[in-house]
Amino acid sequence: MAVDSSYKRVSHQPAGTVQLMVEGQMIEAIAGESVAAAVLQTGIRQTRTTPVSEAGRAPYCMMGVCFECLMEIDGVPNTQACMTEVREGMVVNIQRGSRSVSGESV
Amino acid sequence: MSAIERFDLVIVGAGPAGMAAADTASQQGLKVLMLDEQIRPGGQIYRSIGHTPIQDRSVLGPDYYAGEKLLAGLNQASLERLQGATVWEVREDNTLCFSVGGESRRVGFDKLLLATGAQERPAPFPGWTLPGVMTCGAAQILLKTSSMVPNGPLVIAGSGPLFLLIACQLLRAGVEIEALIETIPRANYRVALPELAGALRGWRYLIKGAKMLAEIRRYKVPFYKGVDQIRAEADSEGNLSEVIVQHGQEQQRIPCRTLLSHQGVIPNTQLGRAIGLEHSWDEVQLCWKPVLSEQGVSSHPDILVAGDSAGIGGAVVAEIQGQLVADAAARSLGKAGMPEPQRAGLKQQLSQQLAIRPFLDKLYRPAEAFIRPVDETVVCRCEEITAGEIRGLVELGCSGPNQTKAFCRSGMGACQGRQCGTTVSALLAEVQEKPIPDVGYYNIRMPIKPLTLGELASLNSYTEQRD
Repeated sequence: MAVDSSYKRVSHQPAGTVQLMVEGQMIEAIAGESVAAAVLQTGIRQTRTTPVSEAGRAPYCMMGVCFECLMEIDGVPNTQACMTEVREGMVVNIQRGSRSVSGESV
Repeated sequence: MSAIERFDLVIVGAGPAGMAAADTASQQGLKVLMLDEQIRPGGQIYRSIGHTPIQDRSVLGPDYYAGEKLLAGLNQASLERLQGATVWEVREDNTLCFSVGGESRRVGFDKLLLATGAQERPAPFPGWTLPGVMTCGAAQILLKTSSMVPNGPLVIAGSGPLFLLIACQLLRAGVEIEALIETIPRANYRVALPELAGALRGWRYLIKGAKMLAEIRRYKVPFYKGVDQIRAEADSEGNLSEVIVQHGQEQQRIPCRTLLSHQGVIPNTQLGRAIGLEHSWDEVQLCWKPVLSEQGVSSHPDILVAGDSAGIGGAVVAEIQGQLVADAAARSLGKAGMPEPQRAGLKQQLSQQLAIRPFLDKLYRPAEAFIRPVDETVVCRCEEITAGEIRGLVELGCSGPNQTKAFCRSGMGACQGRQCGTTVSALLAEVQEKPIPDVGYYNIRMPIKPLTLGELASLNSYTEQRD
């Protein structure tokens, strides 16, 4: 994993792995863990910027109550990365500022 | 006619209270549905129980693995259960809506048990929004679910059992801690002391606390006591770079990459609030909790609450309450219930387990600085509203928490007040010189979690198909 990450793995039992794309980079995660956990092992320190002041934020509570870990997951903005299980081939991106309305032309 | 599936009992939350309730209720022959938001059952205390990748069982300790028994009970119980299921609305016709895998469903219930657990007390300080600042609970979740630890340099600040426990668990996992910063006000020791005699009934907890302190001493971690105030500072990129510790007149700067903070836990009342259940302010635990009968029945006769969401008691209390409340629900639905001696035994255990609480609640009552933070502190993390702005609203004529929404949008972001609600009420109470219960709390509205239009629309197609 990235050397300059905020979190690192300690010895663990053999577990199934999944590959996912985070900000254009393939990373490996343990099957069954959350996207937020997977992202915290990369060099990414800010997983979103706020709509109000564009300040950087990162996962804070890891249990679904703070909504700081909102990311764009498989094209869906405002997704709680700590509540989303990693899946093979998932595409995860930093959420920058306020989300835009997606889908049909408006 | 709609063919919505009905259950005798729907349980929200698969922590110790929910798991124990599910086992008891299914043994009583109730048709039970259990809905839980997380990827796996266990709640936060037993997060990933049965699946944790941590190899060495001494890292998390025996209290964590006590959850294996509950998981085994749940796995052999006869009920329906869904993980990754978020309840977002409870309706007056005893139905509720939840979302799972991007689709919404609606089911009916005779009784609804809220076992939604606790959340860490939002305890703001300057810089708590910086990337690199996390809660102690968050670090523990990463350890349990992913075998992950902070890369350091690491500082841990706050007070409470979890503050000591996460320090011990990380030390056992080989992590170096730059400093432990304990924020217990000195006066708390004097206030808590008279409760010590009563707490002796819960002596096992006292011994656990002493053991944790001894373990931390063995690792020779710098331990700051009686700290009044902390402040997190950022580097040029806006990430946490150091924590400033205010110790009387002294100030100390400790460079760090991760700061874990903790000031105890409070009941997660979001769903009960949205339903409109009656809540009361607990001046000792400094939190709101639902008003309940001895059987755990809320102000709505068909809605019950158990575990930490009913008031903080910890995992063992939650497990006992889950059994008792499920038994009461079964009896109210015409089942025989558990034998009287068993029920009496559980009640006795409950009172013994609760004996430690008055001591813990008074010892770990957060310092003022975390209840009514200094003006510059961001209070509403979503809308970036500071404590100073909230205080200033009173002079502008803002009378209560719900008016602050119109004045400055506090509480209107994605977290729906979960991180600012208690602080906003405390700040308004301070400026208005009123007790917190007179100021009240935000009105919480359904849906209690943000939904996509797709999720909302899928509910219609689901019920139409079934009509």
